[in-house]
Amino acid sequence: MDGLIHVTDPVAGVDLGSAEAGPKRATSLRSRRAPLAAPAAQLALLDALALEGGDFDAAVARVGHANGLRPAALEYFQINVGKLCNMTCRHCHVDAGPDRTAENMDRATVDACLAALDRTTAHTVDITGGAPELNPHFRYLVDQAVARGKHVIDRCNLTVLLLPRFHDLPRWFAERGVEVVCSLPHYRQRNTDAQRGDGTYEKSIRALRLLNEAGYGQGDPKRVLTLMANPAGAFLAGDQSKLEGDWKRGLERAHGVTFDRLFCLNNMPISRYLEWLVETDNLQAYMERLTHAFNPGAVDGVMCRNTVSVSWDGRLFDCDFNQMLDLEVSAPGSATVFDFDPEVFAARRIVTERHCFGCTAGAGSSCGGATS
Amino acid sequence: MDTYYKPEHLPKFGSIGEGAPELAKKFFDYYGAVFAEGALSEREKALIALAVAHAVQCPYCIDAYANESLAKGADLEQMTEAVHVACAIRGGASLVHGVQMLEHAHKVGM
Repeated sequence: MDGLIHVTDPVAGVDLGSAEAGPKRATSLRSRRAPLAAPAAQLALLDALALEGGDFDAAVARVGHANGLRPAALEYFQINVGKLCNMTCRHCHVDAGPDRTAENMDRATVDACLAALDRTTAHTVDITGGAPELNPHFRYLVDQAVARGKHVIDRCNLTVLLLPRFHDLPRWFAERGVEVVCSLPHYRQRNTDAQRGDGTYEKSIRALRLLNEAGYGQGDPKRVLTLMANPAGAFLAGDQSKLEGDWKRGLERAHGVTFDRLFCLNNMPISRYLEWLVETDNLQAYMERLTHAFNPGAVDGVMCRNTVSVSWDGRLFDCDFNQMLDLEVSAPGSATVFDFDPEVFAARRIVTERHCFGCTAGAGSSCGGATS
Repeated sequence: MDTYYKPEHLPKFGSIGEGAPELAKKFFDYYGAVFAEGALSEREKALIALAVAHAVQCPYCIDAYANESLAKGADLEQMTEAVHVACAIRGGASLVHGVQMLEHAHKVGM
């Protein structure tokens, strides 16, 4: 027994649970039947902490949002097509992994997403997962979004691009002008492998080379290569404008790899990262760090205000983090893509809990990087 | 006092202003300006501070600048190299005084 979960990828016949298919730093909470696999247990744990200034609604009320956070114009239609992944990173807020085969968006739900998209003002379709490329309807979804003139983002873990059936994907993306947003916690090996598993860094560099060869990361606005960095530990994300230069010099000098921009994102105290905080006795200090670093200037730009997040089964959420905590939108009659009502959705109050301090800490944090 | 070093003193650093608020304000303003991005990056300054923290053996500063170095994008290898710089200078500072010893020994010896 190697302790890994073996699941055959239905399309290519590759064992996604193998180390060859993708590094494995952890196993999913679900596969271990860990108590924290339940979103309610995660929320209860955060709520039970004695935390000075730990009331998020009170914090945003003090800076001009007295009636709670309300949406601004909808710009990003983010679709989480499933939890299936060829990796199992230590900090994953989705609890994704090769064992998560059940939660994968079907074609009817993809079509319902597209119908809902057509009724919004969103300019960008942001596709995430798991490893979204593993969904059998992924290319259909990309093509349909591109045909509608939308900017399309693929949130890519990089190592998935090395699977045999994705060898054409960098060029396929390039032909369609898809922006590739890649996870890479650090421009050097140690922190990258500590968070994402041994061998991740080396595979990530190989995947970045493939993207460079397809024209990505060289300043072409139709072939934008963005790197997304989460801290490998219990500290806040650095200032992306200052780190970007270090990263560009570091990756170019060591590997001849280039990219266009760096986003820095705080880790949210949920799912596997929450488990890590508990196991390493960092939870209390991390939550204090987030609340002390509350930045009023980061509030207006938080992603829940301009994003709708859709789950694999078509339910609607204020963001991908609320989705993983099962905190559905507070929009009666417009809770899924199947009954989406833009007016009801726009009038909702955003659902907030203590994890939200992750997005307002420091420079602010979102799927688009810093918010201030 | 049961012990000389208490972790809870670090977040209370600002309370040193109680006895001389104007001096504290000058110090903290200066301190903030020193660590702002300039000809050196914030990461480079954090690594220098980490090395100096080891040279002066300040446990508050070691905690603070281990965190700060990580938050400014340094990794463990870079931080360890910085500590070795402090170590080399401390060791070298002792050893280079040996030349004084050597000259004295040569002068008074046969």
